[in-house]
Amino acid sequence: MNYKHIKKFALLGAIILAWVASHYSGIFNPYWLQVAIFIGINITLAVSLNLINGYTGQFSLGHAGFMAIGAYVSAYLSTEHSVWLFKAFGGANNLSIGVLFIFVLIAGGLAAAIAGLIVGVPSLRLKGDYLAIVTLGFGEIIRVLIQNTDTVGGPRGYSGIAGYTTLFWTYSIAALTIYIVVSLIDSTYGRGFLTVRDDEIAAEAVGINTTRYKVTAFVLGAFFAGVAGGLYGHSTTYINPSGFDFQRSIEIVIMVILGGMGSTAGVALAAIVLTLLLEYLRFVSGYQWLPEIVRRIAANRMIIYSLVLIALMLLRPQGLFGRLPRRGAVELPGGKRKQKKPAVVT
Amino acid sequence: MSSAEFVQQIINGVSLGAFYALIALGYTMVYGVLRFINFAHGDVFMLGAFSGYYLTPRIMPHFQGAWTPVGVSAVLVLTMLICAAIGILIERLAYRPLRKMPKLTVLITAIGVSLFLEYGGQFVFGADPKAFPELIVDHALEHTGVLTITTTQVAAFIVTIFLLVALTFIVKRTRLGMAMRAVSNNPTAAALMGVNIDTVVSFTFGLGSALAGAAGILYALSYPSIDPLMGLLPGVKAFVAAVLGGIGNIPGAAVGGVILGVVETFVGGSKFSTYRDAIAFALLIGILLFRPAGIFGKMQAEKV
Amino acid sequence: MKSFSRSKLVLLAALSFVMAASTRGQDIVVGEFASLTGSEATFGINSSNGVELAKEEINSGGGLLGGRKIKLVVEDDQSKPGQPSSAVKKLVASDKAIAILGEIASSRSLEAAPICQEAKIPMISPGSTNPRVTDVGDYIFRVCFIDPFQGTVMAKFALDTLKVKKVAILTDVKNDYSVGLTKYFKDYFTAHGGAIVSERSFSGGGTDKDFRAQLTSIKAAQPEAIFVPGYYTEAGLIAKQARSLGIKVPLMGGDGWDSPKLSEIGGSAIEGCYFSTHFSPQDKNPKVQDFVKKYQEKFKAMPDGMAPLGYDAMMILASAIKTAGGTDAAKIRDALAATKDYDGVTGKITIDEKRNATKSAVVLQVHGKQNDYVTTVAP
Repeated sequence: MNYKHIKKFALLGAIILAWVASHYSGIFNPYWLQVAIFIGINITLAVSLNLINGYTGQFSLGHAGFMAIGAYVSAYLSTEHSVWLFKAFGGANNLSIGVLFIFVLIAGGLAAAIAGLIVGVPSLRLKGDYLAIVTLGFGEIIRVLIQNTDTVGGPRGYSGIAGYTTLFWTYSIAALTIYIVVSLIDSTYGRGFLTVRDDEIAAEAVGINTTRYKVTAFVLGAFFAGVAGGLYGHSTTYINPSGFDFQRSIEIVIMVILGGMGSTAGVALAAIVLTLLLEYLRFVSGYQWLPEIVRRIAANRMIIYSLVLIALMLLRPQGLFGRLPRRGAVELPGGKRKQKKPAVVT
Repeated sequence: MSSAEFVQQIINGVSLGAFYALIALGYTMVYGVLRFINFAHGDVFMLGAFSGYYLTPRIMPHFQGAWTPVGVSAVLVLTMLICAAIGILIERLAYRPLRKMPKLTVLITAIGVSLFLEYGGQFVFGADPKAFPELIVDHALEHTGVLTITTTQVAAFIVTIFLLVALTFIVKRTRLGMAMRAVSNNPTAAALMGVNIDTVVSFTFGLGSALAGAAGILYALSYPSIDPLMGLLPGVKAFVAAVLGGIGNIPGAAVGGVILGVVETFVGGSKFSTYRDAIAFALLIGILLFRPAGIFGKMQAEKV
Repeated sequence: MKSFSRSKLVLLAALSFVMAASTRGQDIVVGEFASLTGSEATFGINSSNGVELAKEEINSGGGLLGGRKIKLVVEDDQSKPGQPSSAVKKLVASDKAIAILGEIASSRSLEAAPICQEAKIPMISPGSTNPRVTDVGDYIFRVCFIDPFQGTVMAKFALDTLKVKKVAILTDVKNDYSVGLTKYFKDYFTAHGGAIVSERSFSGGGTDKDFRAQLTSIKAAQPEAIFVPGYYTEAGLIAKQARSLGIKVPLMGGDGWDSPKLSEIGGSAIEGCYFSTHFSPQDKNPKVQDFVKKYQEKFKAMPDGMAPLGYDAMMILASAIKTAGGTDAAKIRDALAATKDYDGVTGKITIDEKRNATKSAVVLQVHGKQNDYVTTVAP
């Protein structure tokens, strides 16, 4: 009982804080404001992906595709269809913008959710690597389809999106996402997700409808990714299909891995840390007091990123707060004799 | 489409498919033995092309005139050795320590290695495309009438067939090959029978990477513009080919490669050429939905 | 272990901000964002080199406004959308740049432009040719011509000089530059009696290397010439494959072909083909020769089409700063808008009322490493 109340207060508190911060956002350096908004969007993305990857154990590498759908649908609606809504509310004031924004974000999320359904269905029959590749494939197909859709600009991208995203929207939605995911997982129904991850056969045996859980995870995860995509589009005011490619999906996956699959707090923290790290590397390349080679490497952020990834997997594969699932990989004798038995998952 | 155009597209498709086949062979072998998709495989392919780029000016001047074919073979063999070494090194450093971990961990590591090779490549070699030297002078063969077949296409085809035969020989007729098959079938039993798993795994990686390296050189001969990111898409498409043919199945990988090449070519030549990229993935999804074992695969994990 | 390294990171971050703050001085801060890594790194690096060359020239020549040196802050956008947004915001807000140079790719310029416009900081794109970029606002400029002009240049050339009426087009569908050029070429060509007998496409940026499928199909339509408005990275390969398939007709392209690598990759296949561009390295104009020499000295390579554009962008900015007499953004903007007949490496540049550069295009014919000058087409 107490815990539930704490969560609700935390959510409310976060929304109020976000509103206040947003109200005074004029005093912030626009660059750091943008970074903060990106952090919030990344948190939403990471938490939504964590539902699919971490809690349900379905390895999805196409999350950027859902984000793309959300971004494009919401951008299209807010650009083309804002007129009549504004008329209804007497012009473009705070209220009408707010209503419009909620409307297009949800629309974007729903469109992405439908895509999540389409992607989720094949997932039913696939495991591990195969699933990963298929989701990657879906992500790419979505990108190619958008690229071929001239109404939204195709390869030229979609520009002129209204900049409705503020700290308030970003962090309220991030907080809401966290709240919903955590509440879901903690509920009796939500435990089902974890069982699907831990041992699908056993889950089926005790009557869990694994199909329903897997599809739900995809749909829900996709929905929030779509909303995050909408926030993104209305922040950068310009979107392009190549910004939602495999690499973008990988960035989100890395956040989930770093945070520890199956820990919402972990992935949220990881999203913050990684976004900041990436931005920080911008400054490093400008430091004249570092040797040239270090600066050049820092300028090439992806090298650092990939090394971080490899190091992470070798040294601490469970990320910051995660736990290794019970079952191991192919039981090949040989390899390092590091008999680190993972903790039993409760 | 006229019949001449049709046949020409078939030729184009098969020669494109040969590259996918070579790379797919590496994927399929590693998967057969380790049940793991080596994401970095496409980048070993890229390294093969770059090896050829840097080796050629150092080797070819010693093999002029009639000795040229020997020189070309030398570059090819050396590149294959270099790539084999790289593959073994990657396995040793990044994958072996994780053998007991959940497969997803290794998958992520593979992605990390792939990114590292790509961006490291941009850092070391420079990001701009380089013109690959003309080891084989590329021109259309005579006396083919309305159709066009080029020397590089023929060379690629011949080398691919040769490597395919060589690979099948190694797998079916040598002790190491037998060990590979044993490990892919049942690793525990194989270990009990005295097979050194580490050696077999290293050998598999080395072999697969050597093939990728060869593919890199052949590819660079046909499309003489190389850059550090060139391995990404062919790598993924080769994976599709491997799955198409039945992952873990060697002839399957070859067949899968050819099918993918042909389908892509026909789509590319049609009005829907903009959807070419998506086709490979659509094919993949279709296969995985309707016949996940691929053309030649059996539902259970397959033999090499 | 995690907490230890994290606090170290915080300390490092704090230290770095202190250091960054202490280096601000009398320098004129100019921001640049370019694709230094990623799939379009070649263009970003080259244009960035051009800018760097110009900056060094200015600084070693005594700087601007009475000895103040230009401090160039370069941000890499990794050829990825989403990056220009933060890069430019950092340049404007954190580095306090008084002007922004960038980008080559129209898509990334489009992303950054609204930010510069809102912040009222002038932005000069060295090489974005999509007309929409400067439409964003009156603080956005470019020193290159735009696609509508370039598309018509080659269409005119095809009709008037090559005297062909049936053309096939092979578009790089992943590249808005290519898509734009295709459209404008088609418009002019068909409006003046020409016919497009076949249109095919591919995914550029290194993805597609095999064009035989498209070329075979194009060959069947029997065009008299093929328009390939893409980058040199693909153009060379396309030419080779076209020739090997038995296609003998000439190929045409735009400034994306402009690079010494074109003939390296394309070899004898691309010999004799035509493309429009900003300048010809053969141009006896001493400015051009001087630029080529200096570039080679510093970077040990031949400049491609983007490098002189970067150079001109920086130079024009410097000239505007001098005219404005200070670093006031509005004054610089006005000075830029009033640029007339500026003698740049890429030709005489006049900024028109839409803040685009009115310049002539030259058509070159590929001839080994030297491209032969064929004709100039004035706007």
